[in-house]
Amino acid sequence: MKKYIYFLMIPFLLGSCSSDSEFLDREPTNVLSQEQAFGSPDLVISVLADLYNRYYDFGTVEDWSSLAQFNVAFWSEAGRYWYFQNGGYGYGDWGTWDYGYIREMNLFLERLELSEELDPEEKARFAAEGRFLRASYYFTMVKRMGGVPLILESQTYDFSGDATYLQFPRETEAALYDFVISEADAIVADLPGDSGIKARATKAAAMAMKARAALYAGSIAKYGASTPQVSLPGGEVGIPASRADEYYATALDAAQAIINGEVGSYALYEKKPDLSENFASLFYDKSNNSEAIFVEDFMLQTQKTHGFTIANQPRYGAEEEEGGRINPALSLVQSFETLDGTYAPLPIEDASGDPIHYDTPEALFANRDARLMGTVIVPGASFKGREVDIFAGVQLSDGTVISGDSRGQQKEVLGNDIQVVGFDGPIDGLEFTAQTGFYIRKYQDPKAGSGQRGTRSDVWFIRYRYAEVLLNAAEAAFELNQNEVAAGYLNQVRRRAGITTDLAAAEVTFDRIAHERFVEFAFEGLHFFDLKRWRIAHEVLDGTPMDATSITENIGDATKRLTQPFGLWPYKYYNPGGPNDGTYIYKIVKPNRVTGADRFQFGNYYSEIGAGILNNNPLIVRNPNQ
Amino acid sequence: MKITNYIYLAAIALLFASCEIDNYEEPESFFTGNIVYNGEPIEVGAREVRFQLFQPGFGALAPLDVHLDLDGSFSGRFFDGDYKLKFINGQGPFKAYEVNEQQGDTIFISLRGNTNLDIEVLPYYMLRNEAFNAGTAAVDASASYEQIITGADARNIEFARLYLNDTEQVSNNGDYHMVWSDMTVGDGTLNGSTALPDGYSKPYVFARIALKIAGVEDMLFSPVQKLDL
Repeated sequence: MKKYIYFLMIPFLLGSCSSDSEFLDREPTNVLSQEQAFGSPDLVISVLADLYNRYYDFGTVEDWSSLAQFNVAFWSEAGRYWYFQNGGYGYGDWGTWDYGYIREMNLFLERLELSEELDPEEKARFAAEGRFLRASYYFTMVKRMGGVPLILESQTYDFSGDATYLQFPRETEAALYDFVISEADAIVADLPGDSGIKARATKAAAMAMKARAALYAGSIAKYGASTPQVSLPGGEVGIPASRADEYYATALDAAQAIINGEVGSYALYEKKPDLSENFASLFYDKSNNSEAIFVEDFMLQTQKTHGFTIANQPRYGAEEEEGGRINPALSLVQSFETLDGTYAPLPIEDASGDPIHYDTPEALFANRDARLMGTVIVPGASFKGREVDIFAGVQLSDGTVISGDSRGQQKEVLGNDIQVVGFDGPIDGLEFTAQTGFYIRKYQDPKAGSGQRGTRSDVWFIRYRYAEVLLNAAEAAFELNQNEVAAGYLNQVRRRAGITTDLAAAEVTFDRIAHERFVEFAFEGLHFFDLKRWRIAHEVLDGTPMDATSITENIGDATKRLTQPFGLWPYKYYNPGGPNDGTYIYKIVKPNRVTGADRFQFGNYYSEIGAGILNNNPLIVRNPNQ
Repeated sequence: MKITNYIYLAAIALLFASCEIDNYEEPESFFTGNIVYNGEPIEVGAREVRFQLFQPGFGALAPLDVHLDLDGSFSGRFFDGDYKLKFINGQGPFKAYEVNEQQGDTIFISLRGNTNLDIEVLPYYMLRNEAFNAGTAAVDASASYEQIITGADARNIEFARLYLNDTEQVSNNGDYHMVWSDMTVGDGTLNGSTALPDGYSKPYVFARIALKIAGVEDMLFSPVQKLDL
């Protein structure tokens, strides 16, 4: 019987071979062909969305620690104390060399060019967006690495065994900035001028990028002269000082194009009467936000959410058993001016050295720049309707301090059982408590559920905003000796922060501009590049430990030392029946996990190019001082 | 014989076999020496200054970093072979001598067995005649300095400091010092005094003078001096 089956099978075998020669040649069901992908606008957007998603941010809400580097904050997480225990930074830190991303952007532009199905206007916009992203990444690279090879078409290897034709040397640093500036000019006409578009490139985004790039280039040209050792003879690092004014003028023009409303209507965010509330909601209000120019947007109930609020929500009453990671440092907190526009240390001691007593913990921070409460959660402030409970211990009238080692601990003091430490700490070395006495407020999402791992947050991350355009314009104008113009822009930002005294033109100095950027853009990832382009990073981060007395001196000095994060701890004064019972006093402390002092070396100004890259391409020269 | 015994036997045989097919030999030659000026060692900070060795001829060229010890000495263990030794521009309170125009400051070295090599460089300054005096509350120090590089490449002194530590690792960076203070820079001399930290209880302290040269990151140091209190 079996034999017959074999015989029966033979014709089937033969038949299947001859009748269907293309049996294996099938259209894939899970891959789109190039013609398909670039045949309809919807699919082009998906390709573009991937490129947008790979945009490189130095600081981003998706990685909380990236926003709080360089000792503007302490990190209250047990696994990260090492950051404050070492002496500096590796030469390779912050490096980026993603030519895979550049290749895909080049391919996108080339394939888009071949497409014939798309509406020409739409096609031009897509191309402009692709070029915007490519210029953005070259801008990112030049900021971190200096001049890099400028590859503007997709390269293909011919398998000949000789890849030298694919090797290109580094362009000069100036050439990269020139490229970013010229790309912005070239694409601005094809981009929409609609200020309602935030997450895709617009005219204003291109101009904001141009203003920032030109300003950075101008300051590298000007201030690079003070550190001649941070340069290379071929110009791969360093820009000739003679070009500074040209770049500053470009920056001012580009910024003024936005300020004058030529590329869409943008303005400072001024929706709420409470100025601190207003400053905080600038970052999370996503409806008709006139300040945001270009953002990375997020959406709940999709993959695109982030956990910034989970990581940083006040620990007491947190929606998960974590939070409180970014603890702003005293150096930042005290930098916020008083409302009349003067620098002043926080008044914790009177002239004779005795502590000043405050009835409420937040009274110490009254009459300060509204941005302080908008950026930092101070003791006594509230988040999501709950007051934070920050006090380090109980001090008795004889000077004895009683504290605890667990959150909200109760102890018997003078015969009474009382709470001796806040539910938010600070407790030295206990993660998630406010170990400097402060929590971060900027970018925290006030919506219910934002602190839950199952929900997460959809607060967007603002890459370019109107206040930065104003301050970029102010700095460029100041460097071009137009102090009047600079003061005008600075004062707009300062008035929004509630500062009542305007700066006169003569009061605009380099330190003023550096200070304004330090407080306005705290935790936005811009501080690092300011330190680098002004060539002051090696002075601010000089490796020398700080101490509690000198920390309150020279506030507002751009080169003020910031090698360690310090804290300011409130103590409850317990004196039942006596004077000042229940008041708060403050002490400057260094969190005991802070043992190192950061030092920024000349070799850190531009990140190290890896040995693998140098080996593969002998035309690449190394960065200086490494 | 039980099966397990065979397994043990096989395992033992494998153990011996694995000894024989070991893969690489370890580097065999010590490369030691000092960074010197006219035979005098140049003292530097802890883990501050390094040079790099390149060994051409094996495909990918990756530098081997060699760090200088506090007293300007170095020590590393390498395979025998021909290396190129290169100082990194801007590293160290000295300049490397240019060998010739084509070669630049690269030094060719050939390692065949343990090699000791003192490398002559040209420091910006040299510290001499250091004198330390330990009191109960403070350490006084003085030294003289000599400018070595003059002319177009000359650099000024930015500041001088006196560092104290309770171990013999004394340096400006990291936690290699307890206290420090600025010294007065006079014409060819340095003077200063650094107070000991409150409640310092050890019977000795280590002191070191550091000279910061303008525009050079790494400081020039004096030899570490142990002082009895």
